[in-house]
Amino acid sequence: MIAQLTLIERQHAIMISAAIALLGGLMILAGRDDLMGVHGALISVASIIMIFRIGGSYYAPPPSEDRLRHYYDDPSKVGIVLSMMWVVVGLAVGDWVAWQLVNPDLTFGAGWSSFGRLRPVHTTSVIFGFGGNALIATSFYVLQRTSRARLPDQVTPWFVLFGYNLFCLLAVTGYMMGITQSKEYAEPEWYTDLWLVVVWVTYFILYLRTLARRKEPHIYVSNWYYMAFILVVAMLHIVNNLAVPVSLGHAKSYSAFSGVQDAMTQWWYGHNAVAFFLTAGFLGMMYYFLPMRAGRPIYSYRMSIISFWGITFFYMWAGSHHLHFTALPQWVQTLGMTFSLMLLIPSWASAGNVLLTLNGAWDKVRDDATLRFMMVAGVFYGLTTFEGSFMAIRSVNSLSHYTDWTIGHVHAGALGWVAMITFGSIYACVPWLWKRERMYSPKLIEAHFWLALAGTVIYVFAMWNSGIVQGLMWRTYNESGTLAYSFVDTLVAMHPYYIARAVGGLLFLIGGCLGAYNVWKTIKLPGTAAEHAGDLPQPVVLGAGIPQAAE
Amino acid sequence: MSLFGFHYRLESKAIGLTLGIIAAASIGGMVEIAPLFTIHQTVEDAPGMRLYTPLELAGRNIYIREGCYACHSQMIRTLRDEVDRYGPYSLAVESKYDHPMLWGSKRTGPDLARIGEKYSDQWHVAHLNNPRDVVPVSVMPAYGWLLTTELRTDDLDLHLRAQRKVGVPYTDNMIANAASDAYAQSNPDAPQADGVIKRYGKATTLRAFDGQPTRLTEMDALVAYLQVLGHLTDAARKSIAEVEAGQ
Repeated sequence: MIAQLTLIERQHAIMISAAIALLGGLMILAGRDDLMGVHGALISVASIIMIFRIGGSYYAPPPSEDRLRHYYDDPSKVGIVLSMMWVVVGLAVGDWVAWQLVNPDLTFGAGWSSFGRLRPVHTTSVIFGFGGNALIATSFYVLQRTSRARLPDQVTPWFVLFGYNLFCLLAVTGYMMGITQSKEYAEPEWYTDLWLVVVWVTYFILYLRTLARRKEPHIYVSNWYYMAFILVVAMLHIVNNLAVPVSLGHAKSYSAFSGVQDAMTQWWYGHNAVAFFLTAGFLGMMYYFLPMRAGRPIYSYRMSIISFWGITFFYMWAGSHHLHFTALPQWVQTLGMTFSLMLLIPSWASAGNVLLTLNGAWDKVRDDATLRFMMVAGVFYGLTTFEGSFMAIRSVNSLSHYTDWTIGHVHAGALGWVAMITFGSIYACVPWLWKRERMYSPKLIEAHFWLALAGTVIYVFAMWNSGIVQGLMWRTYNESGTLAYSFVDTLVAMHPYYIARAVGGLLFLIGGCLGAYNVWKTIKLPGTAAEHAGDLPQPVVLGAGIPQAAE
Repeated sequence: MSLFGFHYRLESKAIGLTLGIIAAASIGGMVEIAPLFTIHQTVEDAPGMRLYTPLELAGRNIYIREGCYACHSQMIRTLRDEVDRYGPYSLAVESKYDHPMLWGSKRTGPDLARIGEKYSDQWHVAHLNNPRDVVPVSVMPAYGWLLTTELRTDDLDLHLRAQRKVGVPYTDNMIANAASDAYAQSNPDAPQADGVIKRYGKATTLRAFDGQPTRLTEMDALVAYLQVLGHLTDAARKSIAEVEAGQ
């Protein structure tokens, strides 16, 4: 891979790594009395390893000019491998903490392994590790092909990919040491947040630079979504993480906002992390890989426009539905509920577009587990967005909030929609990326599909039941007008559902492991398939081979 | 039709799309968040509300470090059963000094907004040491090491200073005495104990929270924090009493 870099690119890569190593050294120095020093050491070691890796191939012969006739796919390949590694780790930790709620002594007495520290390890690993790497990898892949342009250079994409994984690594190792801001899905501390800003801005500039080189007059739908994902996540991330560190040598910081303003900012962030990280980005993925795999164009160009702008505008109002009946002023709660209901229109326009695109290719859905992953993802997307709008209604929320129903809802979206569309897209593009005829084992994909579906359904039903049971028990009164159940009574009632949930999660984890194994074996398959003439950066015939959105 | 015609042209311009996305995505936040900083009624007035002592703040940071917020909320909603179960519903002012807020989103365990002084220090120590010793069906992890880990106090002044930067009115005097105040609050016989009362008010509780007066442990800090929850101000209890008196 390093042999693909030109001499100047190798020099740049070494200089950037050296600068990061230096930054790590400064952190070791400033944070010598604090856990920040450990992170400084981690950063330094990672970048020094990088310098040695590049240095080892520094005198390799320069790459041939022929490379410019192909898309630059090495970062996408590494991104997909990293994504599959993160998903196995993230699902395993998730299932571990699920079993901790069945048997709390599965912490084995240590601090780092307690539920409170491992829970963000799980969420960060699956959302940012698995989801984020898959988004970066597929966005590079889709961006080049829908623009018919090669990435502008060969260093920036690596900086984005490795820089992003450094962020994920700092985040999860931090939680286990107790470094956290406590804001859900925005737990990493200030220096990790600043690092992500640098990576993220670079990512967006790379996107614009590639688009500027495009040979297609129009920007394909997938790229609108990827752009919204990058831009809005940057906005949310910067505002929600505004904080004052205790000192430049302390990992700990204090949020710039407090109380009610902090709560609103956090859930404006939290809900739109769902919207722009877990929805917009993956819709971008779906709009490319689903029509490619099904061999059919997207059903409606206009529906995709309506759903895109609807999602971008409406979602940003919906965060306050996380704060119904709290100390947040009621007018904000009402706005949040109203926009959450309106959100159903663009959401179902997207879900409808998925299913109507498949209309006429149902035989393929039946025979091809990869396409079935994408179809089921579309169905779960429709179900989850309906459920989300429903749960945003104040009276429903009074029952569902604070219970496992929320956890069930989130996992219907995360397992059913996000993970399924990602697995489908990965199974579609791994043979394309590595120039193989097909995945190593279609049977394993089939097994993975059924394990994933069964795991999701068991998980979601368990949490629906436990959430509704718990919500009802909390509000049940005796004839004498006192509360019928103590909190401890509800814990006893939860126990069987927690076992079921952990079993569902285990099935999903086994499926993920089969997926990782299948991807690995495909990469190791001997022989390459013939290059597809349409899969080259030159404008061969306008629109051929690409799901073209234009009228 | 012209709308789609406009879009047909827009989608051939990367900068146009970028600006469009930023504009569409900015409006919701500006309408919902900005007024919360300007409309005075958003946060009630609570004259006499006290600040977290350095020990309680350190305890709060342990609460954050261990991820307690993942399973415990600190926000009692305006619903009858919640008021009956946990006490008066939470007011915005009660988390005015909470950077960040810890309202939470999930109750795997009960709400803690008014847990303060509901149980004894000994109960909390026993419960944190091994929850199943006092609540047999509890699924909470055990935090035994808190009792043996010394609390770090040498940088508490920096913590208070950072808190002041984000708007909590700690005085120079409080900052200068942060470490000794933390020690004295858990050792009421210490000569520095009077200073704690002087700086943080008569309502401050000075006790050997972990049962070991001479040692300042993380358990001291966490229990001190749990015991002050719901007691920084009596605004929430007062308003209901006033409403009832008026009827």
